[in-house]
Amino acid sequence: MTEAKSEHLIEMQDICKFYELGGETVRANDGINLIVDRGEFLSIVGKSGSGKSTLMNIIGALDVPTSGTYLLGGEDVGGMNDNQLADIRNRMIGFVFQQYNLLPKLSVRENVELPLLYAHAGRKERTERAMQALERVGLADKKDSFPNQLSGGQQQRVSIARALAGRPSLLLADEPTGALDSRTSGQIIEFFRELNEEGNTVIMITHDNSIAVQARRVARITDGKKDFDGKVEDYARNI
Amino acid sequence: MLETFSLALKSIWSNKLRSFLTMLGIIIGVASVIILVSLVNGYMSYMTESFTSMGTNQISVELVNISTRYVTEDQMYEFYDEHRDIFIQMTPSVRVSGIAKVGSTQLSATSVSGVSEEYTDMKGYEMESGRFISYSDIVSRQKVAVIGYYDACEYFGSPDNAIGEKLKINGYAFTVVGVVKRQDEDDLEEGGSDDFCLIPYSVALKMSRSSIPSSYTFATVDTEVSEQAVTLIENFLEETYKNDNLYTVTAMSELLDSLNSMISMLSLLLGGIAGISLLVAGVGVMNIMLVSVTERTREIGIRKALGARRSAIMSQFVIEAAVTSVLGGIMGIIVGGLMSGFIGTLIGISAPPTLMAIMVSFGVSVAIGLIFGYMPANRAAKLNPIDALRSE
Repeated sequence: MTEAKSEHLIEMQDICKFYELGGETVRANDGINLIVDRGEFLSIVGKSGSGKSTLMNIIGALDVPTSGTYLLGGEDVGGMNDNQLADIRNRMIGFVFQQYNLLPKLSVRENVELPLLYAHAGRKERTERAMQALERVGLADKKDSFPNQLSGGQQQRVSIARALAGRPSLLLADEPTGALDSRTSGQIIEFFRELNEEGNTVIMITHDNSIAVQARRVARITDGKKDFDGKVEDYARNI
Repeated sequence: MLETFSLALKSIWSNKLRSFLTMLGIIIGVASVIILVSLVNGYMSYMTESFTSMGTNQISVELVNISTRYVTEDQMYEFYDEHRDIFIQMTPSVRVSGIAKVGSTQLSATSVSGVSEEYTDMKGYEMESGRFISYSDIVSRQKVAVIGYYDACEYFGSPDNAIGEKLKINGYAFTVVGVVKRQDEDDLEEGGSDDFCLIPYSVALKMSRSSIPSSYTFATVDTEVSEQAVTLIENFLEETYKNDNLYTVTAMSELLDSLNSMISMLSLLLGGIAGISLLVAGVGVMNIMLVSVTERTREIGIRKALGARRSAIMSQFVIEAAVTSVLGGIMGIIVGGLMSGFIGTLIGISAPPTLMAIMVSFGVSVAIGLIFGYMPANRAAKLNPIDALRSE
């Protein structure tokens, strides 16, 4: 018996995230619907405090919604426990952070291997896949260097390699160019485009419209609600 | 698992001074325990050896003979004969107050005692030259003497030369008929175990103006029957003396046992104190691990974001704590072993660390790491990755 494979990679319905702050209820996400298919290149854009980071945390299985359903690759993530969420993050999500978040005491190769370590891959497999990822980002020769010996752009590329190493279903980039100068930023965005053309699903979270329009689709979050979701061309016309 | 160990080692190595200071508590604690246990053990072995050379199967009997109540040596011999299944030797022991003289030289450190012909068997003495005191010497009160190896060499030149020579005790002339084989292989000195003079107890009694011995030494067939033997002798003596202040029966093995148990109790007490220091060391480990967890909050957040489960973070930190403790424990064992060897040499006993002490210390170090690492590790594991990523 074959089950029809879930069409969408991400299926979020009426996602709400509320929390108490100083006696008041903050509605960080207030009924968001989002559908993302494999191979898409999506920007989630919004001002600071709009709720985009909260949404990103839910997409990335770092957090669970207060209510609503979240299906990732057909699996219901919304009700998962800590260990299950950790597994989802490990298998399906490739994080790229603004601050690169490389471990300073580990070498480049060891950093890239880290998700594979938690996937309980054997030593040989880890090294192979890490080197593949490093080659893809063009930093194979830096495998024994340490993060503090690399430039910002190089560190971000190592971070992308780390995200790719686990062969995730989704690359989730949180303000990936926030700490970089404009030239390097451009290189990184171009890189994401390449990765997307190779078939990777890429979601970028950003507050910067000029970055957001580098993708192919834009979803804007304002005050916890999604108030735009469509092609980049349409978004660019309205800014 | 191997990865976790090498990660722990890396982490410990990257903060050398801090790691060392944390370990210091454990090193001191473990070293103290090892030194204590080794020295106590060494001392106990030393005591046991000394006692054994004196004969752990011996029982000494001291009597207060008064005119109305006394036990003659014939009666003692009768008693002895009745219980040959328990006793293998018996000798009366009569101390001679007085100094032996060879020519004009006083043998001031040499003890003079009157004993029976069974004395050699009891002490396990062999003769270097000549013969020991015989039964007939005792019966006929011959003024013969048997001397130790030191006296033979010192005052007569050699054991063979000593035979037939004369010495005086309290003015009485004695002939040397035998020299006992050398007892102490290392030292030959005045007052040592080769410096003594033995005469027939019947002669000693005459010289001391009492007619019956007030001291006997029994040897039992083995140490197991010591208790039984003591009871036998006490019952026998009670019949005559009817007052237990008039006699004292002491088994060497009992003395050794009570000494050993006293030392054991003392060492347990001291060990407990040393153990407290280990407790303090453990608290130190916990403290540092807490600091470490706080410092590495971001790192923990990253790991969790990449898919580390709580258990993975947990084991990372518990193992780091355990490795720190174990390294400290190993160093403590080494330091303790060296120190106990050194101190042992200083006070003249051999005090090697026992395998038991090493294993227990090692085990305790592991336990400290695991127990005191648990709470900080648990803290780390429970961190919310979102908050953790934001920190610093």
